[in-house]
Amino acid sequence: MAANLSNQAQVQGGAGVTEPGISHNEHTHHDEHHEQGFLSKYVFSTDHKTIAKQFLITGMLWAIIGGTLSSLFRLQLGWPESTFEWLQPVLGKWIEAGKLNPEFYLALVTMHGTIMVFFVLTAGLSGTFSNFLIPLQIGARDMASGFMNMLSYWFFFISSVIMFVSLFIETGPAAAGWTIYPPLSALPQAIPGSGAGMTLWLVSMALFIVSQLLGGVNYITTVINLRTQGMSMSKLPLTIWAFFLTAILGLLAFPVLFSAALLLIFDRSFGTSFFLSDIYIAGQALPNTGGSPILFQHLFWFLGHPEVYIVIMPAMGMVSEILATNSRKPIFGYRAMIGSLIGISLLSFVVWAHHMFVTGMNPFLGSVFMFLTLIIAVPSAVKTFNWLATLWRGNIRFTSAMLFSIGFVSLFIAGGLTGIVLGNAALDIQMHNTYFVVAHFHLVMGSSAFFGLFAGVYHWFPKMFGRHLDEKLGYIHFWLTFLGVYLVFLPMHYVGIAGFPRRYYAWTGFDTFSQFANLNKFISVAAILAFFAQFVFVFNFFYSIFRGRRASENPWNSTTLEWTTPVVPGHGNWPGAIPAVHRWPYDYSKPGAAEDFIPQNVPYSQTQSSNLPYEKEME
Amino acid sequence: MNPPIASVHGHATERMFWTTMIILGIVFALTHILLFVYSYKYQHKEGRRAFFFPHNNKIEIIWTLIPAIVMAGLVFAGWKEWSRIMGPAPKDAVVLEVMGKQFNWLVRYPGRDQKLGVVNYRLIDATNEFGFDLSDQSGLDDFVAPEIHVPKGHPVLLRIRSRDVLHAVYMPHFRVQMYAVPGMPTKFWFTPTKTTDEMRAQTGNPKFNYELACNQICGRGHFAMKLNIVVDEPDDYVAWFSQQKSFSEQNPDILASFKQKTNKLASKAAAIPAAAVVPAANASL
Ligand code: HEM
Ligand SMILES: [Cu+2]
Ligand SMILES: [Cu+2]
Repeated sequence: MAANLSNQAQVQGGAGVTEPGISHNEHTHHDEHHEQGFLSKYVFSTDHKTIAKQFLITGMLWAIIGGTLSSLFRLQLGWPESTFEWLQPVLGKWIEAGKLNPEFYLALVTMHGTIMVFFVLTAGLSGTFSNFLIPLQIGARDMASGFMNMLSYWFFFISSVIMFVSLFIETGPAAAGWTIYPPLSALPQAIPGSGAGMTLWLVSMALFIVSQLLGGVNYITTVINLRTQGMSMSKLPLTIWAFFLTAILGLLAFPVLFSAALLLIFDRSFGTSFFLSDIYIAGQALPNTGGSPILFQHLFWFLGHPEVYIVIMPAMGMVSEILATNSRKPIFGYRAMIGSLIGISLLSFVVWAHHMFVTGMNPFLGSVFMFLTLIIAVPSAVKTFNWLATLWRGNIRFTSAMLFSIGFVSLFIAGGLTGIVLGNAALDIQMHNTYFVVAHFHLVMGSSAFFGLFAGVYHWFPKMFGRHLDEKLGYIHFWLTFLGVYLVFLPMHYVGIAGFPRRYYAWTGFDTFSQFANLNKFISVAAILAFFAQFVFVFNFFYSIFRGRRASENPWNSTTLEWTTPVVPGHGNWPGAIPAVHRWPYDYSKPGAAEDFIPQNVPYSQTQSSNLPYEKEME
Repeated sequence: MNPPIASVHGHATERMFWTTMIILGIVFALTHILLFVYSYKYQHKEGRRAFFFPHNNKIEIIWTLIPAIVMAGLVFAGWKEWSRIMGPAPKDAVVLEVMGKQFNWLVRYPGRDQKLGVVNYRLIDATNEFGFDLSDQSGLDDFVAPEIHVPKGHPVLLRIRSRDVLHAVYMPHFRVQMYAVPGMPTKFWFTPTKTTDEMRAQTGNPKFNYELACNQICGRGHFAMKLNIVVDEPDDYVAWFSQQKSFSEQNPDILASFKQKTNKLASKAAAIPAAAVVPAANASL
């Protein structure tokens, strides 16, 4: 490191300052003495901050697409009897005489789920903030391998393009649900959406997984090896703990999905029978014997379940940080917070079959998975109580980021609690695959992870772009979204309890499900409004990049290292030496201290009056 | 809200559901009150300093243990009920088989011998939708039905299979749900408690019918894979059952083709009297 420091030009703070080419790693050695071109600076950048922004903006694009799809299928569900001629010019053959094609409806649901879970909340959320914050908060000049990091984005990008293309092919995109259970997904003759669309889905996911692995290896290596002096694991901000554990989850779980996808490709194209047996379809008995579609579900959920924590743990980390900063209090129970993250990570690997209680598995196995599932409620409860205790007797500043963090806690509680119903196998008999499930996971992982994402963007926007997002628009965005989410997903619980099945194109054929016509309209209206409310954010985002209020170096009076860089950190993050770390990340409102925050890089020798015996414990 | 319950175990799960919901409701209310009260009460004030309160082992242990104990209670109750629901069906249960296909349900009863005959997916065609293998004697009296009939107050064992993709048998009123998996027959047993007529009276809906829905995405017609279920008084059920004609009887040409294949078995088949099929379940009703 020391060798690098000497030839670094000083970077002035402020937006718009061009970065000098800084060598911080061997791979960029060649551009040491000349300005980076547009391509290497913005497109094929190896700088973790640029890559983070690439992930963020790609994720936002996908969120808009995913949201548009959900508005489309909500339209159908709200008014299954109506016709939508006006959509004809947009949807072409997917709408006949104003009626949405049922197959296309399933494709919409499938794409919406896939996009939201993988492209928005995994790549867009975790990819953005792991990339942006890990080097900045641990005091590193960049990721361990900038080149692999760049590849990670580009694999994601290519995977994105392929998924996007699948929306336009003749037979339509994949239509077997985001869980792509075989045999539906394995038999190209089963439905149009299991033809070319499914092939593209599988290829896209394979590339996506490569991207995840490249990113994950980098995050883990960086956290382990590149922490600045004094940054022990027990002084890491909770965000980093969350990103670190998330990366480990991804690294262990994604390869299992990869193998499942691979076996599925074999079944589809090369006549193997991993997931197929005893099938008569499209007028023909197939030769496959001896496989089991249930095996796929085990493999899928071995990723699929940790995946929901891959989505939500980064949000938990960021929310913890934002709650502490804006309550001007240490996060309550720092160690318990880490412990519960570890507990959740471990448990997330042993509960996958709670998605399969009614697939005919051995009831004893069901009991075991019910037990393990419900244990997860304990670390989750600990986290919730700790967040509440962090607010208690705080001096709370309601920034937009703070509002979204409080909203996160609310949604996490609401969604987490209904999980206790679903984790109970005896009750899941009735609830499985109904809208109760849809409502549950939208609250606990869909919406709350989105709230974490928003909180993170509002909070770190000044560090990313040197300007603030507009707080008034932030307030409007928060309230519309918060109300919207509850208005959409609370009633969904209600129809779910009544048994309304998910992935239904229409409910008019069943007496049992037809009683909720008005409620379904209500949900649809709320959903479409909530979706449009997001454009307040989109506008705010792009407007503020150029016109937002200018930020200072540490606008929130935070303690963590990223706020010790110039307003917009250049390549290499710190112009001079990387600061050393002396204390834990949450010294807010320390008794005896002059200010209500003491950054991590301030040595104890400078804060004699506020050094408590407690510090000894945190070592 | 929940569709009216019409099965024995449904009453137990219903109680458990609402007990759970009440506990969850209390937790939701308490945490939300704290969340909003704290947010309101501790708003930023000039000159005030937040309370430095980084941890407290005692309360952390307390609020780890309490959820653990509550969860232990819920797990135990759930486990007991689940084991009972999933336990083996009573020996005298009425047996029937449901087979999912894109996009319909097929129903088969074992006939008076109470034994479902062998079926083979390779034998499926437009008439032999189940793939009856009529060289198996116990299949000769099996009959297929356009809807499900079950007797009230008697355990019913549902055998479930699929011939193409995954489907799921979902009967919300009976709190029954089980996947239909190609290559892996599954089952579920339950005891209906109200006849269709009783339910019509109770709901005030003269057109009420129990419905069986497909609850696992299976393609275009997934949302319309519906089958009616009729819960009869036991006597009516027996009457209905004895009127049904066996598949082999209705499809003599298929039977004949099997006859040609195996003369020996066919002679056995011929020995079975065609008429007056009495359901075995009758004995125990
Ligand atoms: C305006 C916001 C949203 C609305 C109104 C909405 C609505 C819906 C609805 C109604 C379904 C169920 C369709 C069905 O089963 O027939 C669904 C499915 C799904 N949604 Fe959303 N959603 C929204 C946002 C999100 C977000 C943020 C996520 C991120 C996790 C998400 C993830 C999913 C997933 C994974 C599925 C399941 C797809 C499948 O069944 O294959 N959604 N959404
Ligand atoms: Cu089906
Ligand atoms: Cu279906």
